[in-house]
Amino acid sequence: MTLHRAAALAAIIIFVAAHAGRAHEYQLGNLKIDHPWSRTTPQVAKTGAGYMTIRNEGSSADRLIGISSPAAEAVEIHQSIMDGTIMRMRPVPDGLKIGARQSVKLEPGGYHLMLMQLRAPFRQGERVPVLLRFEKGGEITVELEIEAPGGGGQHHGHNQGR
Amino acid sequence: MLRIIRYGAWAAVAVLAFVSLGVGLGWFVSDGPAGWKRGRASGVPDIGGPFTMTNHRGERFTERNLLGKPSLIFFGFTTCPEVCPTTLNDISAWLKELGADADRLNAVFVSVDPERDTAEQLSGYMSLFDPRIVGLTGTPDQLAAMARAYRIYYKRVPLTEGDYTMDHSAMVYMMGADGRFVGTIDYPEAPDTTMAKLRQLLKRR
Repeated sequence: MTLHRAAALAAIIIFVAAHAGRAHEYQLGNLKIDHPWSRTTPQVAKTGAGYMTIRNEGSSADRLIGISSPAAEAVEIHQSIMDGTIMRMRPVPDGLKIGARQSVKLEPGGYHLMLMQLRAPFRQGERVPVLLRFEKGGEITVELEIEAPGGGGQHHGHNQGR
Repeated sequence: MLRIIRYGAWAAVAVLAFVSLGVGLGWFVSDGPAGWKRGRASGVPDIGGPFTMTNHRGERFTERNLLGKPSLIFFGFTTCPEVCPTTLNDISAWLKELGADADRLNAVFVSVDPERDTAEQLSGYMSLFDPRIVGLTGTPDQLAAMARAYRIYYKRVPLTEGDYTMDHSAMVYMMGADGRFVGTIDYPEAPDTTMAKLRQLLKRR
């Protein structure tokens, strides 16, 4: 192996290592879905949340209207609302609007996917497929990357996708 | 000359009347009949008191188990996907940062969802967080009594297909070693402020 080749190989290895574990991104027409993730859930958990950033690069608004996952009986869009010192959670029944050239963040303490009646708990390092259906953009399957329990909270900021 | 003295006297009377009125009014709203609105003289809200619950190991747990050390108390439920795991993870991080000092502190998670959160369910949940955090559950009546004493709001909110979630107070209470209310850590609170509050709590005698 020449010095040149060794250097090139080292560069490739460094490049790959640097990018492994970085935010994963999906594209569906004008919609970009950045780093879908969730948390490890307890053995006994029946529910899990799903977070991601959805960016609409198109010139007309779209709407996330349906979600399903083989990992859960049902998936809904919910919103956590901090009302004084009380945490409230409400379903978002008419779908989530993503305005033209805007992005909507699903994150702890705000909008999130609620996966209900989980078939198995989420374990760190796993990937959970979720099918997203948009009013105009159509359908795409993304994978939630399962992170540490309690990770990604508001207090610490999330390590990726910001 | 006499006129000047008369004016002076009247002015003195006016000033005296004004001052007496001010002092009287001040007494009325502070210590007098209107002063009751300020609550107890200590200014410490009446939060806390006796309770009987069951810990995540299935043992009886009361306010007596907390006496002698300051405590952090947080209310939530295990199927809560958001504020509860985040806060419990935060508490775990605080305990870690306090190091050996954390052993001089109680940390308690109280379920507001006794229907689903059995001791067994809690046991599985608590295993995700710092082992020093104690999970508590109880009968609906036991919970109601404890929530009343700690002035905690919780409410069952129905979702589709018979499922439900809980709205609940989401601050962390800091209680003294004598079981009395000291203050709260809000959600979210800046990490620096939190650590300062915790160190202050540990310094209290």
